[in-house]
Amino acid sequence: MRSAILFLAGLVSVLTAGWTVFPRALYKSSPQPLQFNHKVHAEKAGSECSSCHEIRADGSFSGIPGIANCAGCHPEPQGTSLAEKTLVEKYVKPNVEIPWHGYYRQPINARFSHVRHVKAGKLKCETCHGDHGKSSSLPPYEENRISGYSRRIWGAKMLRVNIRPDEGMKMSDCENCHAQRGVSAGCLGCHQ
Amino acid sequence: MAATKKHRRYGMVVDIDLCTGCGACMVACAAENNVAPAPERATDRTGITPMRVYPVHNGAPGDRRQTAFLPLMCMHCSEPPCESVCPQQAVELDEATGIVTQMPQRCLGCRYCMTACPYHARYFNWWDPQWPVGMEATLNPTVAPRSRGVVEKCNLCASRLHAAEDQATAEGQPMPATYVSACVEACPTGAMVLGDLDDPDTEAHKLAKAEGTFQLLAKLGTRPKVYYHSSRPWVRSLSERNAKEQAHA
Repeated sequence: MRSAILFLAGLVSVLTAGWTVFPRALYKSSPQPLQFNHKVHAEKAGSECSSCHEIRADGSFSGIPGIANCAGCHPEPQGTSLAEKTLVEKYVKPNVEIPWHGYYRQPINARFSHVRHVKAGKLKCETCHGDHGKSSSLPPYEENRISGYSRRIWGAKMLRVNIRPDEGMKMSDCENCHAQRGVSAGCLGCHQ
Repeated sequence: MAATKKHRRYGMVVDIDLCTGCGACMVACAAENNVAPAPERATDRTGITPMRVYPVHNGAPGDRRQTAFLPLMCMHCSEPPCESVCPQQAVELDEATGIVTQMPQRCLGCRYCMTACPYHARYFNWWDPQWPVGMEATLNPTVAPRSRGVVEKCNLCASRLHAAEDQATAEGQPMPATYVSACVEACPTGAMVLGDLDDPDTEAHKLAKAEGTFQLLAKLGTRPKVYYHSSRPWVRSLSERNAKEQAHA
């Protein structure tokens, strides 16, 4: 009986360490350089995802928009918040790009074509990016201290069971989705 | 029309009679594919030249001597010997395009594929790639650099194919997209043509079927998708010679 209790106590402490303490130690959290409210931009300015994150005419994807996009509507502070002031004074007026941390950046050997997924595959942005477009603030960026990758690649769930496409962006997640939809890509389709 | 065809068979046809041996294809290939400048101690086997212009001659003395240049790259065999020997499944014959791909991230560096390749088209990274200060700015963002300890080779500028596919999708054009590789684009004499060999509308298909077109070492049964053309019989005969005959020539 005593050994069983000891075993269980050991198991619980090891699992706690592995599932909660280790991830905290593994990921380095840093705030975005500026706050951004996707919700306000979508509702008040009537922006769609593609208004700022556009697929260009040549099929490439603009990704995080440059400061020129912001400058279009924010040549002067729109409101009195500190973020507005910082945006205009630190970035818009001197024409300096905001050093955003990209949540979804993949390693260089991985290649992802937005146009193939959105236009040919008819996937919605939300399928892979969840409610990010409806969020009212930017969560801190979490970087894996060992690999340097964003936490969004592995996902927040340590036990990766039945995760949705917006909960992880590992190669196996891509493969699962492709297998479910019967779309073959081979190595060449996603690696460069 | 190939618009709805899912599988393609990309290949190249090189007209040796047009090749002047200028080496523009080699430079363009290295620039496109982020091949770092070779260290001084590199030789022609330890340096990395996914595209290599190889000089050959007819062996005759004096003014009967003739020289030709063979741009050599991965032949993108339909029966690739490198694929079957790889213990890591790092080599794949891509079903959709016919391109023989090399996945450096899977490669463990055993170099079995280099031994298996009869065309010497594979290169081992003996050193970590290093670019002179400032030259990093010229790197191609659509091609991942390879590290020391892995094998690499020509992948028929697959990143250019991807870009062409993306553009075709954005414009609503039918697939498959047509594209040109860096070497084909750079060739000043137009000696090289790239295209879907199965599409009867492509120039590559027509040239591959033309008289005087041959494959290197066709007797090995690797079924290369890179074809060569020459009107000179001695050039064509080189393609079937083995090393022993070469030594006596």
